[in-house]
Amino acid sequence: MKTDDLITMLASDAGAVAPRVWQQRYALALGAGLIGAALLMVLLLGVRPDIADAVWLPMFWVKLAFPAALAAGALLAALRLSRPGVAIGHVGAVLAAPVLAIWVLAALALLGAPEDRAMLVWGETWAACLVNIPMLSVPTFVGVFWVMKTLAPVRPALAGAAAGLLAGALGAAVYALHCPELAAPFIGLWYLLGMLIPAALGALVGARLLRW
Amino acid sequence: MTERETQLRALLIGGLGGDEAAYHAFLKDLSRHLRGFLRARLARLPDDVEDLVQETLLAVHNQRHTYDPGQPLTAWIHAIARYKLVDLLRRRAGREMLNDPLDDELAVFAVSDTDAADARLDLGKLLEQLPDRQRLPIVHMKLEGLSVAEAARATGMSEAAVKVGVHRGLKALAILIRNKREE
Repeated sequence: MKTDDLITMLASDAGAVAPRVWQQRYALALGAGLIGAALLMVLLLGVRPDIADAVWLPMFWVKLAFPAALAAGALLAALRLSRPGVAIGHVGAVLAAPVLAIWVLAALALLGAPEDRAMLVWGETWAACLVNIPMLSVPTFVGVFWVMKTLAPVRPALAGAAAGLLAGALGAAVYALHCPELAAPFIGLWYLLGMLIPAALGALVGARLLRW
Repeated sequence: MTERETQLRALLIGGLGGDEAAYHAFLKDLSRHLRGFLRARLARLPDDVEDLVQETLLAVHNQRHTYDPGQPLTAWIHAIARYKLVDLLRRRAGREMLNDPLDDELAVFAVSDTDAADARLDLGKLLEQLPDRQRLPIVHMKLEGLSVAEAARATGMSEAAVKVGVHRGLKALAILIRNKREE
C-alpha cells in the first residue's frame, strides 16, 4: 500500500474524536479501584474496631495522609506519562516530599524513645502490611492499566511503575483504616515497601503490556 | 510556535472535530515532514524509511485522542515519531545506529520530503490477516468509502459494531506491523 493510499484510508470517515474521554476513564478507574479496595478491606480484613477512638490520634491522620499524598503524586506522574510529548516535570520532588516528611517523623520518634526502637520499627503486623497493601491495590492496578492501555505511554515501564504506585498508595490509604499500627517508623518503612511492591510489578508488566 | 506548526495544528484540530478534508491535509503534510525527519535519521536503513513513515502515521491516527490542544504539536508528534524510531532501531541494530541526537523536538517540522519510496511492508496484505469483523468494516468504510449505515448493511453487522471494528482493526494493524518486524 502506498503512503498516500494509507492517508486516504485513515482520513476517510475518521469522524470526530470525543474530548475528555480518557479523563473520564481515569476517574472511573480510580473510583472503582477505591470502592473495590474498600470492599476487600471490609470483607476480608475489617475496619479496626477502635476506629472511633483512633480518629482522635494525630498519627491516625498521618497514616492516611502519607499514602494519600503519594497517591496524588503518582496520579500526576501517571497522567503525564500516559500521553506522548508531555514533560514529566517535577513529579519526582512531589513524590519525594511525603517520604521525606514521614522519615523526619520517624527519626524524631526513634530519637525520642531509644529503648522502644525495635517496637517502633517492627510493630506487630509488618508482614500483614506487606501482603495486604498489594492485595488492596489490585482493583486500582487493573483499572489504571486498562486506561493506560487505551493511551500511548512512550516510556511504558515508567508509566507502569506510576500506575502501580498509584494503586499501591490508594491500597495503603484504605489499609490504614484496618491497620492498628501508629508508629511513624513503621509507616515510613512497611507502608512504603507495601506500596513499592505494586510499583515494581507495574514496571515489569508495563514494559510488556503498555507498548503500542 | 512556527508558522508551519500553527497551520498543521489548525488542520489537526479541525480533523479532531470531524473535518475530514482538514484531517486528510494534516496527514498528507505530516507524512512529508515525517519522511524528511526519518530519512535523515535512518541514513543507514534507507529501505525502512517509508515503512516507518506509514507506521508512524498509523500510530498518530490511532492515538489522536491523546493530543491535547493546549500542548505544542511538535512535542506530541516528535514523541510518537521518536518512540516508533527507537522501537525500530532497537529491533534492527541497536541504538548505535542513531547517528543524530533525537532530543530536538523542533527538528520534526524542519524538513520535508515528498519523494515517497515504496514501502516494503504491504499494509494491504497485513490487512487481509485481520479477522472479518475488523477487516470488512475497514474495507467497506475506509477503502470503498461506504457510510457506516451502508457498511453495516453490507456486513450484516450493527452500526456500532462497524465503528468498533474499524477502531480495533487499525489498532490491530499497528500490532501486526510490530510483530512483522520481530520476525
